[in-house]
Amino acid sequence: MTTQALPSALAAIVDDFQALTEPERLQLLLEFSEGLPQLPDRLKDHPELLEQVVECQSPLFLTIETEKNAGPASPVHLYFKAPVEAPTTRGFAGVLHEGLDGLSAEQILAVPDDMPELLGLTRAITPLRMRGMTAMLGRIKRKVSAASGIGR
Amino acid sequence: MPYAVEQNDKFAAYAHPERLVSTEWLAAALADGAVENGGLVVVESDEDVLLYETGHIPGAVKIDWHTDLNDDVTRDYVDGAAFAALAAAKGISRDSTVVIYGDKSNWWAAYALWVFTLFGHQDVRLLDGGRDKWVAEERELTRDRPSPTAGTYPEVERNDAPIRAFKDDVLAHLGKPLIDVRSPEEYTGQRTHMPAYPEEGALRGGHIPTAASIPWARAAAPDGTFRDRAELEALYLGEAGLTEGDDVVAYCRIGERSSHTWFALKYLLGFESVRNYDGSWTEWGNAVRVPIVKGAERGSVAVTTGV
Repeated sequence: MTTQALPSALAAIVDDFQALTEPERLQLLLEFSEGLPQLPDRLKDHPELLEQVVECQSPLFLTIETEKNAGPASPVHLYFKAPVEAPTTRGFAGVLHEGLDGLSAEQILAVPDDMPELLGLTRAITPLRMRGMTAMLGRIKRKVSAASGIGR
Repeated sequence: MPYAVEQNDKFAAYAHPERLVSTEWLAAALADGAVENGGLVVVESDEDVLLYETGHIPGAVKIDWHTDLNDDVTRDYVDGAAFAALAAAKGISRDSTVVIYGDKSNWWAAYALWVFTLFGHQDVRLLDGGRDKWVAEERELTRDRPSPTAGTYPEVERNDAPIRAFKDDVLAHLGKPLIDVRSPEEYTGQRTHMPAYPEEGALRGGHIPTAASIPWARAAAPDGTFRDRAELEALYLGEAGLTEGDDVVAYCRIGERSSHTWFALKYLLGFESVRNYDGSWTEWGNAVRVPIVKGAERGSVAVTTGV
């Protein structure tokens, strides 16, 4: 797998991680955790609209939104919620938000399932912890698939 | 040189008060320059590998349970050479007083303390209440990473036997007290991992026959500190039915949560012989032909005849 197969924003993030040493990659992940946008008010007050990704070590909730009558090329928006005491989980969410938010269902579904491994964090974070991010991406893709009707 | 032990009424009731320090005590020690002058080494050990980076107690170094303490090939802890290198790099010498704190009521901090004890490190203490209490009290945090002067640490061979149980030890132990510190759902066999945690693969659910179910967090108060001696006695002597002098084995899923219980039994209640079975459910629940009990009852051990 190469970054050429990835949407451009996600490919740029992967390139940024790969250009760094391992300790610097952790620092970058921390920056992504701090850059994760807050939930909009309409979701903040309605936790039932988000789904928990149980594979993450810390509580992580997410949902997606598309426009009404959206087609396969319409933009998909991603929303995440994770506590500040869980910076690793927030960092993964931040990477996926910056890399995927606003892309079409087709583009999101084309992201390889093992994309998180490209970040080069597996050794510093450990495979166990990386599983949470892979699960997050899988959950996003399942929800996008269900909402768009692609791949069903 | 060991640093002076904290004196207070709560700790004095414990069997080994020298194993705990309070947030007030640590704040005062920091203000006295205990970290700068090498009197104390403060270590943060968390579940989340990035939490230290978001801000930590000034002067504290980070030790990650996964990347620093576990061997990355064999399912085991690091060896004497790797531990000596890790300790020295963190500014820890063989005679250093080490105070460990972490997230989740010190669950990972207790695990790190247990690994330090495998190597026979003499003076290692927990910060009662851990990271959460320090943060809740709005005490100082920093993102500055210390650059400690290297410590002098000999290559010590790990001595597992007194505080670590392997699967065969547990089989030989059956009939003596066991404490299962997992959630009730894991104990009964409804699930094989913690609620909302990753499935780590156990083929069978349930518990080791006769084990008492005392979820680890019951030893902690809402503020993350250990329950006082009377409360711990009600839990382990009363509810679990342990009696003084018992030889006890504690286990969970991979040995982390049970380190917290191991600490409470060993140092707060003073049980001499307490071992942590770190293989725990990820080993027992996958092992061939070991006995398992499902449901809320403790179950019994089959009496074997012959040799």
